[in-house]
Amino acid sequence: MDAVQARTGAEVLLRALKEQGVEVIFGYPGGAVLPIYDALYQQNAIRHILVRHEQAAVHAAEGYARSTGRVGVVLVTSGPGATNAVTGLVDALMDSIPVVCLTGQVPTHLIGNDAFQEADTTGITRPATKHNYLVKRAEDLARVVHEAFYVARSGRPGPVVVDLPKDIVIGQAPYTPAPDAEHRSYRPVTEPDPGQIARAIALLKAAKRPVIYSGGGVINAGPDAAVALQEFVRLTGAPCTSTLMGLGAFPASDPLFLGMLGMHGTYEANLAMHGCDVMLNIGARFDDRVTGRLNAFSPNSRKIHADIDPSSINKNVPVEVPIVGDAGRVLAALIAAWRADPARPDTQALAAWWRQIDAWRGIDCLRFSQATAAGSAIKPQYAVQRLYQMTRALGRDTYISTEVGQHQMWAAQHFRFEQPHHWMTSGGLGTMGYGLPAAMGVQIAHPDALVIDIAGEASILMNIQEMGTLAQYRLPVKVFILNNQYMGMVRQWQELLHGGRYAESYSAALPDFVKLAESFHAVGLRAESVDQLDGVIRTMLEADRAVIADIVVDPKENCFPMIPSGAAHNEMILGPEHADRAAGITDEGLMLV
Amino acid sequence: MANPDPSFRSATISVLVDNEAGVLARVIGLFSGRGYNIDSLTVAAVDASRTHSRINVVTSGTEMVIEQIKAQLDRLVPVHRVADLTREGPHLARELALIKVIGTGNARSEALRLADAFRARVVDATTGSFVFELTGNTDKIDAFLELMGPLGLTEVSRTGVAAIARGTSAITLRPDATHGTDKGSS
Repeated sequence: MDAVQARTGAEVLLRALKEQGVEVIFGYPGGAVLPIYDALYQQNAIRHILVRHEQAAVHAAEGYARSTGRVGVVLVTSGPGATNAVTGLVDALMDSIPVVCLTGQVPTHLIGNDAFQEADTTGITRPATKHNYLVKRAEDLARVVHEAFYVARSGRPGPVVVDLPKDIVIGQAPYTPAPDAEHRSYRPVTEPDPGQIARAIALLKAAKRPVIYSGGGVINAGPDAAVALQEFVRLTGAPCTSTLMGLGAFPASDPLFLGMLGMHGTYEANLAMHGCDVMLNIGARFDDRVTGRLNAFSPNSRKIHADIDPSSINKNVPVEVPIVGDAGRVLAALIAAWRADPARPDTQALAAWWRQIDAWRGIDCLRFSQATAAGSAIKPQYAVQRLYQMTRALGRDTYISTEVGQHQMWAAQHFRFEQPHHWMTSGGLGTMGYGLPAAMGVQIAHPDALVIDIAGEASILMNIQEMGTLAQYRLPVKVFILNNQYMGMVRQWQELLHGGRYAESYSAALPDFVKLAESFHAVGLRAESVDQLDGVIRTMLEADRAVIADIVVDPKENCFPMIPSGAAHNEMILGPEHADRAAGITDEGLMLV
Repeated sequence: MANPDPSFRSATISVLVDNEAGVLARVIGLFSGRGYNIDSLTVAAVDASRTHSRINVVTSGTEMVIEQIKAQLDRLVPVHRVADLTREGPHLARELALIKVIGTGNARSEALRLADAFRARVVDATTGSFVFELTGNTDKIDAFLELMGPLGLTEVSRTGVAAIARGTSAITLRPDATHGTDKGSS
C-alpha cells in the first residue's frame, strides 16, 4: 500500500487534502509553512489563493464554504499568521461554518522556547474552534487531517485548526487513506427521535396561532433541507420567519414568509413570535438578537426546538419538545408524520391568525420616504432596494455578502433572498471586515456568478487590502458601499441611548473610494444624489472586473424597525416617531450589547 | 451567597475522555469561558493502556445551568460519556486529604484522639507534628479540618473528589464506542 511509500509530511498533507476533495486553499506563506508551499508549487491539483491578511483567508474560506456547502481550507504560518486568523475562526465558530485551518508551527524541539514566530496556537485557538490538533508525530499527520475534515463538517459544523510543526512537514511521514480515519468518539446524532416528532406534530396540528422560525441550521443542512422547509411550511399553512443566518431557506417572495425576525426584524414577524401559541424553531438558537428580553419572549407559546447541537436546546429558552437532529432529516420526519396523522389543523383559527398577521403587515414597517427630485439625498434603504431590483432584472445567479452594521440590516431587510447559500453575513460574531473577503471566496467558488459585497464605509476599511487579491485573480466582485460617513449602527445607538453624544463614531478622513478602487486596478464609481443611483448601479453590474461603488447616502438615516436592547418583541420602535421609546430603556437594558 | 432559585444544586459529574494532550484544558476552559463553577476537579487515566481518562467535576448551578454544562461537555470532540452522578442514582464520592498538625502537650494528644475517632491514619510523626491521612466524603474531611483548627492545623493537601455510582450501573466506553451513533449521557 502507499502507506509504506516514503513521502515528506508536506506531500502527505497535500495528498490528504486531495483525497478530501479540496480544490482551493486560501493562505499566506511564511517561514514555518515554507515546505508546504514548496509542495504546493510542485503540483496542480490544488489552487492556492494568496490573500493579503490571514483574517481575510478565513473569511474567504467561510464565503467559499457557505456558498458551496463544502469545507473551506486555510493555510497560514506560525505566530502572527495564526493569531491573525483567530477572528475568522471565532466568526466561523459562532456561525457554524465548516473550515479547516492549517497553521505552521516552529519545529517540535523548539515548542515552548519562545522561538521566532512561535505562538501557542492550540492554546489560543482552543476556545476559538470546534476542535484543534497539534501534530507531534509524523505517523499521526494523515489521520489528523482526515479527522479534521470529519469534525469540521459533521454535526454542527465549525472551524478546526491543525497545527503543523515544521519538522513534521519536512520529515518523512506515512500516508493513511481517509476511510481509516474516523474520530474515536465524535458521533453527532442526526436522526430525530420519532416520539419527539410525534409530540411536535400533535402540538402543531392543534395550534391556533403557529409560527415556524428557521435559522442557519437549515442552510447548513443543505439545499434539500430548504426544499423540505418550504414543503412543511406549506403543508401546515403556518407563517414562517427566519433569522439573519437563515435567510434564503424560505423564499422571501412567498406570502407565507414574514421576513426576518429579531432586533431589526419586521413588525409582523416579531408580533407573530410574541403572539403565537405554538412555535417551531428549526435550526436556530434563540440568540439574544432574536429573543429580545427573555422573560417577555413569546410568553404564551408552547415551544418545539429542533437543533443538531443538544447544547443549543434549553440554553436560553426552555422548550417543551426538544428534537436533536439534522434540520433536513427533522423536516423530512415532520412532513411524513404530518401526512400520516389523521388529525386536521384548525383552519378557522389559522385563517383568523392570518387576518391578524395581515393587519400587522399593513403597518408596512420597512417603509421609508425617498425624495425623488434631482439632487435629493439617497436613502440607504432605497439604494439596497434599487440594487435588488436591478440585479433581479438581470436574472444572473447573484450572491450577496455584507460587512456589519446598519448596511447589513438594510441588506437583510430590503434585498429579498429566494434561495439558500446566496447570503453571506457575519451573524454571531458581528465581524466588520467580513464581507469583502467572504465575497472573494464566493467568487472563487462561482467564477461566473454576480457577487456583491454590500458594505459600509467604515467596515470596508477593515479588510480593504483584499482589493489586491481581487486584482491579482481578476475577481469581478462588486463592493457597494452605503457611505453615510458614520459607523452608522454605533451612531444610531448613541443617538437613541446615549444622548446624541457621537463619541468616535464619525468616519473622519475617509479615502476617495473612486481613486482607491482605481489604484487597485478596479473600477471606481460614486453616486451622490438619487438621480445618479441607477446609472452607477448599471455601470457596476455591467463591469467585467472589480468595482467599488461609493453610494453617498443620507447620514442621519436610522435602521428601523428596532427592538431596543432589553425590550420585548411588542415594544418595537417602528420609526423616528417612536424613538422616545428608547428613552424608557432600563439600566439593565443599557448593559446589553 | 444564597441562591434564590430553588433548583440551585450541587452536581457531581463524571466525564470519560480520550487521554490526549489538551483535553483537561478544554474542560477547564469550558467552565471558565462560560462562567460555570468548579468546586472540585480530579483527573487520571483509568485504563491499562492509558488511552482514556476520567474527569470528576463537582459543580453547582440551577437545573438549567447544570443541564447546559452536561450538554456543553458532551459536545467536546474528545468526550465519550458524561454522567451526572448526583442525578442518576446513589453514588459514592471520596477524597483523600493529607493534614499537617503542629503542636505539643494537650493539643497534640487531643489531635491524635480525634484522628483515631475519624479513622485518620498517622503517616508521618515528629515530636512536634503529625501528618494525618484521611479518606472520606467532602463533609467528613471538612468536619475533621474544623476540629483540627484550634489544635495546630498548619497545612492541608486534598485530592478533590473521585466518584462512582453504587450498584451495577457503570460509566464505561460503550461496546459500540468506535462505530456507534449515540453519545448520550445516560
